[in-house]
Amino acid sequence: MNAQEVIRSIEAEQLKSDLPVLYVGDTVRVGVVIQEGGKERVQPYEGTIIAMRNGGINETVTVRRVFQGVGVERVFLLHSPRVANIKVVRRGKVRRAKLYYLRQRIGKATRIKERFDRKK
Amino acid sequence: MSLGILGTKLGMTQVFDETGRAIPVTVIQAGPCTVTQIKTKETDGYTAVQLGFQEVKEKALSKPEIGHLSKANAKPLRHLREYRLADVAGFALGEEIRADRCIEVGQIVDVTGNSIGRGFAGYQKRHNFGRGPMSHGSKNHRLPGSTGAGTTPGRVYPGKRMAGRMGNERVTVKKLTVVRIDPDRNIVLIKGAVPGKPGTLVSIAPSNLVGRQK
Repeated sequence: MNAQEVIRSIEAEQLKSDLPVLYVGDTVRVGVVIQEGGKERVQPYEGTIIAMRNGGINETVTVRRVFQGVGVERVFLLHSPRVANIKVVRRGKVRRAKLYYLRQRIGKATRIKERFDRKK
Repeated sequence: MSLGILGTKLGMTQVFDETGRAIPVTVIQAGPCTVTQIKTKETDGYTAVQLGFQEVKEKALSKPEIGHLSKANAKPLRHLREYRLADVAGFALGEEIRADRCIEVGQIVDVTGNSIGRGFAGYQKRHNFGRGPMSHGSKNHRLPGSTGAGTTPGRVYPGKRMAGRMGNERVTVKKLTVVRIDPDRNIVLIKGAVPGKPGTLVSIAPSNLVGRQK
Protein backbone atom coordinates (compact mmCIF):
# COMPACT_ATOMS: atom_id res chain seq x y z
CA MET A 1 0.00 0.00 0.00
CA ASN A 2 1.56 3.28 -1.02
CA ALA A 3 1.32 6.58 0.82
CA GLN A 4 -1.59 8.02 -1.15
CA GLU A 5 -3.67 4.86 -0.74
CA VAL A 6 -3.14 4.92 3.03
CA ILE A 7 -4.23 8.56 3.23
CA ARG A 8 -7.24 7.91 1.03
CA SER A 9 -8.32 4.99 3.18
CA ILE A 10 -8.21 7.21 6.27
CA GLU A 11 -10.31 9.85 4.51
CA ALA A 12 -12.73 7.27 3.14
CA GLU A 13 -14.00 6.50 6.65
CA GLN A 14 -15.29 10.05 6.97
CA LEU A 15 -16.51 10.80 3.46
CA LYS A 16 -20.27 11.14 3.16
CA SER A 17 -21.83 9.07 0.41
CA ASP A 18 -25.28 10.64 0.51
CA LEU A 19 -24.38 14.15 -0.63
CA PRO A 20 -26.54 15.54 -3.44
CA VAL A 21 -24.94 16.69 -6.68
CA LEU A 22 -24.40 20.42 -6.28
CA TYR A 23 -23.68 23.07 -8.87
CA VAL A 24 -22.70 26.71 -8.62
CA GLY A 25 -25.81 28.86 -8.79
CA ASP A 26 -28.04 26.40 -6.93
CA THR A 27 -30.14 27.54 -4.01
CA VAL A 28 -29.56 25.12 -1.15
CA ARG A 29 -30.78 24.59 2.39
CA VAL A 30 -27.97 23.47 4.70
CA GLY A 31 -28.73 21.94 8.09
CA VAL A 32 -26.02 23.16 10.45
CA VAL A 33 -25.50 21.40 13.78
CA ILE A 34 -25.13 23.98 16.53
CA GLN A 35 -24.60 23.42 20.21
CA GLU A 36 -26.16 25.63 22.84
CA GLY A 37 -26.55 24.87 26.50
CA GLY A 38 -25.18 21.36 26.09
CA LYS A 39 -27.88 20.54 23.56
CA GLU A 40 -27.51 19.93 19.86
CA ARG A 41 -29.95 21.13 17.28
CA VAL A 42 -29.99 21.59 13.52
CA GLN A 43 -30.38 25.10 12.21
CA PRO A 44 -31.23 25.61 8.57
CA TYR A 45 -29.33 28.10 6.45
CA GLU A 46 -30.57 28.85 2.96
CA GLY A 47 -28.72 30.67 0.20
CA THR A 48 -27.08 30.54 -3.21
CA ILE A 49 -23.89 28.60 -3.90
CA ILE A 50 -21.46 31.17 -5.26
CA ALA A 51 -18.30 29.04 -5.18
CA MET A 52 -17.23 25.42 -4.85
CA ARG A 53 -13.89 23.91 -4.04
CA ASN A 54 -13.11 20.27 -4.73
CA GLY A 55 -10.58 18.44 -2.64
CA GLY A 56 -11.82 15.08 -1.44
CA ILE A 57 -12.48 15.39 2.26
CA ASN A 58 -11.73 19.10 2.09
CA GLU A 59 -14.57 19.81 -0.34
CA THR A 60 -16.36 23.09 0.43
CA VAL A 61 -19.20 25.23 -0.86
CA THR A 62 -19.64 28.94 -0.24
CA VAL A 63 -23.29 29.82 0.35
CA ARG A 64 -24.39 33.47 0.14
CA ARG A 65 -27.61 35.00 1.34
CA VAL A 66 -28.72 38.53 2.07
CA PHE A 67 -30.05 38.76 5.61
CA GLN A 68 -31.66 42.02 6.78
CA GLY A 69 -29.83 43.90 4.05
CA VAL A 70 -26.47 42.47 5.01
CA GLY A 71 -24.72 39.95 2.77
CA VAL A 72 -23.70 36.79 4.64
CA GLU A 73 -21.38 34.16 3.18
CA ARG A 74 -20.68 30.89 4.90
CA VAL A 75 -18.18 28.28 3.79
CA PHE A 76 -19.31 24.73 4.56
CA LEU A 77 -17.01 21.72 4.72
CA LEU A 78 -19.39 19.30 3.02
CA HIS A 79 -18.05 16.17 4.71
CA SER A 80 -17.99 17.69 8.18
CA PRO A 81 -20.30 16.19 10.82
CA ARG A 82 -21.47 19.73 11.52
CA VAL A 83 -23.25 19.77 8.18
CA ALA A 84 -26.17 17.51 9.07
CA ASN A 85 -27.93 17.63 5.72
CA ILE A 86 -27.98 19.61 2.51
CA LYS A 87 -30.96 19.96 0.16
CA VAL A 88 -31.21 21.55 -3.26
CA VAL A 89 -34.14 23.95 -3.32
CA ARG A 90 -33.68 25.37 -6.81
CA ARG A 91 -31.28 24.79 -9.70
CA GLY A 92 -29.77 27.98 -11.13
CA LYS A 93 -28.56 28.75 -14.63
CA VAL A 94 -25.25 30.59 -14.53
CA ARG A 95 -22.27 30.98 -16.87
CA ARG A 96 -19.48 31.37 -14.30
CA ALA A 97 -17.75 28.96 -11.92
CA LYS A 98 -17.52 31.66 -9.25
CA LEU A 99 -20.39 34.10 -8.72
CA TYR A 100 -18.41 36.74 -6.88
CA TYR A 101 -20.11 39.39 -9.03
CA LEU A 102 -23.22 38.91 -6.87
CA ARG A 103 -21.43 40.73 -4.06
CA GLN A 104 -21.61 43.98 -6.00
CA ARG A 105 -25.30 43.63 -6.72
CA ILE A 106 -28.37 44.26 -4.62
CA GLY A 107 -32.04 43.49 -4.85
CA LYS A 108 -33.49 42.32 -8.14
CA ALA A 109 -30.08 42.19 -9.81
CA THR A 110 -29.05 39.24 -7.63
CA ARG A 111 -31.72 36.99 -9.10
CA ILE A 112 -30.49 33.87 -10.91
CA LYS A 113 -32.51 32.25 -13.68
CA GLU A 114 -33.83 28.81 -12.85
CA ARG A 115 -32.96 25.81 -14.97
CA PHE A 116 -35.16 22.78 -15.23
CA ASP A 117 -32.94 20.20 -16.96
CA ARG A 118 -31.18 19.11 -13.76
CA LYS A 119 -32.85 16.97 -11.14
CA LYS A 120 -33.33 18.51 -7.74
CA MET B 1 14.36 9.63 28.38
CA SER B 2 11.67 7.37 27.02
CA LEU B 3 11.43 5.05 24.10
CA GLY B 4 10.25 6.49 20.80
CA ILE B 5 9.48 4.91 17.47
CA LEU B 6 10.79 5.38 13.94
CA GLY B 7 8.51 5.91 10.99
CA THR B 8 8.07 7.24 7.49
CA LYS B 9 6.08 10.37 6.83
CA LEU B 10 3.31 9.58 4.33
CA GLY B 11 1.59 12.94 3.96
CA MET B 12 -1.10 15.12 5.43
CA THR B 13 -4.88 15.09 5.55
CA GLN B 14 -7.60 16.10 7.98
CA VAL B 15 -9.89 14.22 10.31
CA PHE B 16 -13.01 15.32 12.17
CA ASP B 17 -13.14 15.03 15.94
CA GLU B 18 -16.28 14.23 17.95
CA THR B 19 -17.36 17.88 18.05
CA GLY B 20 -17.04 18.12 14.27
CA ARG B 21 -13.90 20.23 14.10
CA ALA B 22 -11.51 19.45 11.26
CA ILE B 23 -8.06 18.62 12.63
CA PRO B 24 -5.03 18.77 10.31
CA VAL B 25 -3.01 15.59 10.75
CA THR B 26 0.20 14.07 9.44
CA VAL B 27 -0.02 10.40 8.56
CA ILE B 28 3.06 8.43 9.65
CA GLN B 29 3.86 4.80 8.98
CA ALA B 30 5.42 4.08 12.37
CA GLY B 31 7.27 0.86 12.86
CA PRO B 32 7.40 -2.01 13.34
CA CYS B 33 10.92 -1.52 14.67
CA THR B 34 13.38 -4.14 15.87
CA VAL B 35 15.62 -3.86 18.93
CA THR B 36 19.06 -4.20 17.37
CA GLN B 37 21.28 -3.36 20.34
CA ILE B 38 20.92 -2.81 24.06
CA LYS B 39 23.53 -0.59 25.63
CA THR B 40 24.22 -1.06 29.29
CA LYS B 41 26.29 0.74 31.89
CA GLU B 42 28.85 -2.10 31.97
CA THR B 43 29.51 -2.35 28.25
CA ASP B 44 28.95 1.19 27.00
CA GLY B 45 28.93 3.50 30.02
CA TYR B 46 25.32 4.49 29.54
CA THR B 47 21.96 2.81 28.96
CA ALA B 48 20.11 3.00 25.65
CA VAL B 49 18.12 0.94 23.20
CA GLN B 50 18.92 0.95 19.49
CA LEU B 51 16.01 0.46 17.12
CA GLY B 52 16.18 -0.55 13.46
CA PHE B 53 13.55 0.36 10.92
CA GLN B 54 12.64 -0.27 7.28
CA GLU B 55 13.46 -3.63 5.82
CA VAL B 56 15.73 -3.61 2.76
CA LYS B 57 17.48 -6.11 0.53
CA GLU B 58 20.64 -7.59 1.94
CA LYS B 59 22.78 -6.15 -0.86
CA ALA B 60 21.80 -2.62 0.22
CA LEU B 61 23.87 -2.95 3.39
CA SER B 62 27.56 -3.38 3.99
CA LYS B 63 29.00 -6.50 5.60
CA PRO B 64 29.72 -4.77 8.94
CA GLU B 65 26.11 -3.55 9.07
CA ILE B 66 24.77 -7.03 8.38
CA GLY B 67 27.15 -8.42 11.00
CA HIS B 68 25.84 -5.93 13.55
CA LEU B 69 22.22 -6.82 12.77
CA SER B 70 22.86 -10.56 12.84
CA LYS B 71 23.76 -10.27 16.54
CA ALA B 72 20.12 -9.41 17.15
CA ASN B 73 18.89 -11.95 14.58
CA ALA B 74 17.30 -9.00 12.78
CA LYS B 75 16.44 -8.74 9.11
CA PRO B 76 18.46 -6.23 7.02
CA LEU B 77 17.29 -2.78 8.17
CA ARG B 78 18.10 0.59 6.66
CA HIS B 79 17.87 2.95 9.62
CA LEU B 80 19.31 2.55 13.11
CA ARG B 81 18.53 5.06 15.84
CA GLU B 82 19.21 5.07 19.54
CA TYR B 83 16.96 6.14 22.43
CA ARG B 84 18.60 6.76 25.79
CA LEU B 85 16.64 5.22 28.61
CA ALA B 86 17.06 5.18 32.38
CA ASP B 87 16.34 1.47 32.50
CA VAL B 88 16.76 -1.09 29.72
CA ALA B 89 15.38 -4.06 31.62
CA GLY B 90 12.41 -5.50 29.80
CA PHE B 91 13.95 -5.23 26.35
CA ALA B 92 15.28 -8.23 24.48
CA LEU B 93 17.51 -8.29 21.40
CA GLY B 94 15.50 -8.82 18.23
CA GLU B 95 12.24 -7.84 19.93
CA GLU B 96 9.65 -6.18 17.75
CA ILE B 97 8.51 -2.72 18.91
CA ARG B 98 5.20 -1.34 17.69
CA ALA B 99 3.76 2.14 17.97
CA ASP B 100 1.27 1.31 20.72
CA ARG B 101 4.11 0.33 23.03
CA CYS B 102 5.80 3.77 22.88
CA ILE B 103 2.95 6.24 22.50
CA GLU B 104 -0.75 6.44 23.20
CA VAL B 105 -3.63 8.50 21.85
CA GLY B 106 -3.76 12.02 23.26
CA GLN B 107 -0.12 11.98 24.33
CA ILE B 108 2.18 14.96 23.72
CA VAL B 109 5.11 13.95 21.51
CA ASP B 110 8.15 15.43 19.80
CA VAL B 111 8.74 14.57 16.15
CA THR B 112 12.26 14.72 14.75
CA GLY B 113 13.29 14.53 11.13
CA ASN B 114 15.22 16.20 8.34
CA SER B 115 13.60 19.34 6.96
CA ILE B 116 12.98 19.89 3.25
CA GLY B 117 16.20 21.00 1.50
CA ARG B 118 15.98 24.45 -0.07
CA GLY B 119 19.37 24.41 -1.75
CA PHE B 120 21.43 27.62 -1.91
CA ALA B 121 18.93 30.13 -0.60
CA GLY B 122 19.20 33.91 -0.51
CA TYR B 123 18.85 36.38 2.33
CA GLN B 124 15.09 36.79 2.22
CA LYS B 125 14.27 33.10 2.28
CA ARG B 126 17.04 31.98 4.61
CA HIS B 127 17.09 34.75 7.23
CA ASN B 128 13.87 36.68 6.62
CA PHE B 129 15.68 39.86 5.52
CA GLY B 130 13.54 42.61 4.09
CA ARG B 131 13.93 43.45 0.44
CA GLY B 132 14.74 46.71 -1.34
CA PRO B 133 12.35 48.75 -3.48
CA MET B 134 11.44 46.98 -6.71
CA SER B 135 10.99 50.19 -8.75
CA HIS B 136 11.72 53.95 -8.86
CA GLY B 137 15.20 53.30 -10.26
CA SER B 138 16.23 51.00 -7.46
CA LYS B 139 18.61 48.22 -8.35
CA ASN B 140 18.70 46.87 -4.80
CA HIS B 141 16.05 44.18 -4.99
CA ARG B 142 17.21 41.18 -2.96
CA LEU B 143 20.66 42.31 -1.83
CA PRO B 144 21.81 41.97 1.80
CA GLY B 145 22.74 45.62 2.50
CA SER B 146 25.75 46.34 4.68
CA THR B 147 27.70 43.44 6.16
CA GLY B 148 29.46 45.58 8.77
CA ALA B 149 31.64 48.64 9.45
CA GLY B 150 34.62 49.79 7.31
CA THR B 151 38.35 49.93 8.00
CA THR B 152 37.74 49.19 11.65
CA PRO B 153 37.33 46.20 12.12
CA GLY B 154 38.26 45.61 8.46
CA ARG B 155 36.56 42.25 8.33
CA VAL B 156 33.12 40.70 8.47
CA TYR B 157 32.29 39.36 11.91
CA PRO B 158 31.80 35.61 12.21
CA GLY B 159 28.18 34.58 12.34
CA LYS B 160 27.06 37.29 9.91
CA ARG B 161 23.88 36.00 8.32
CA MET B 162 24.41 35.43 4.61
CA ALA B 163 23.08 33.36 1.73
CA GLY B 164 23.85 29.64 1.72
CA ARG B 165 22.53 26.13 2.03
CA MET B 166 19.17 26.00 3.71
CA GLY B 167 17.07 23.12 4.99
CA ASN B 168 17.86 19.38 5.01
CA GLU B 169 18.88 19.65 8.64
CA ARG B 170 17.66 17.90 11.75
CA VAL B 171 14.56 19.63 13.07
CA THR B 172 12.42 18.72 16.08
CA VAL B 173 8.82 19.85 16.28
CA LYS B 174 7.80 19.77 19.91
CA LYS B 175 4.53 19.17 21.71
CA LEU B 176 2.38 17.64 18.99
CA THR B 177 -0.65 15.58 19.94
CA VAL B 178 -1.21 11.97 18.89
CA VAL B 179 -4.69 11.86 17.35
CA ARG B 180 -5.03 8.21 16.42
CA ILE B 181 -3.02 4.97 16.37
CA ASP B 182 -3.90 2.09 14.08
CA PRO B 183 -1.96 -0.90 15.46
CA ASP B 184 -3.01 -3.25 12.65
CA ARG B 185 -1.57 -1.11 9.88
CA ASN B 186 1.14 0.57 12.02
CA ILE B 187 -0.23 4.01 11.23
CA VAL B 188 -0.06 6.99 13.54
CA LEU B 189 -1.90 10.29 13.04
CA ILE B 190 -0.27 13.33 14.62
CA LYS B 191 -1.87 16.74 14.81
CA GLY B 192 0.06 19.35 12.87
CA ALA B 193 2.97 19.30 10.44
CA VAL B 194 6.22 17.39 10.86
CA PRO B 195 9.58 18.04 9.17
CA GLY B 196 10.45 16.78 5.71
CA LYS B 197 8.71 15.56 2.60
CA PRO B 198 6.62 12.40 2.39
CA GLY B 199 9.03 9.47 2.55
CA THR B 200 11.43 10.92 5.09
CA LEU B 201 12.44 9.14 8.26
CA VAL B 202 10.91 10.63 11.39
CA SER B 203 11.24 9.73 15.03
CA ILE B 204 8.25 10.08 17.35
CA ALA B 205 9.17 10.25 21.02
CA PRO B 206 7.20 11.31 24.10
CA SER B 207 7.87 14.93 24.98
CA ASN B 208 10.14 15.73 27.87
CA LEU B 209 7.73 17.99 29.73
CA VAL B 210 9.22 20.08 32.54
CA GLY B 211 7.41 22.01 35.21
CA ARG B 212 4.12 21.26 36.85
CA GLN B 213 1.81 19.07 34.79
CA LYS B 214 -1.81 20.02 34.38
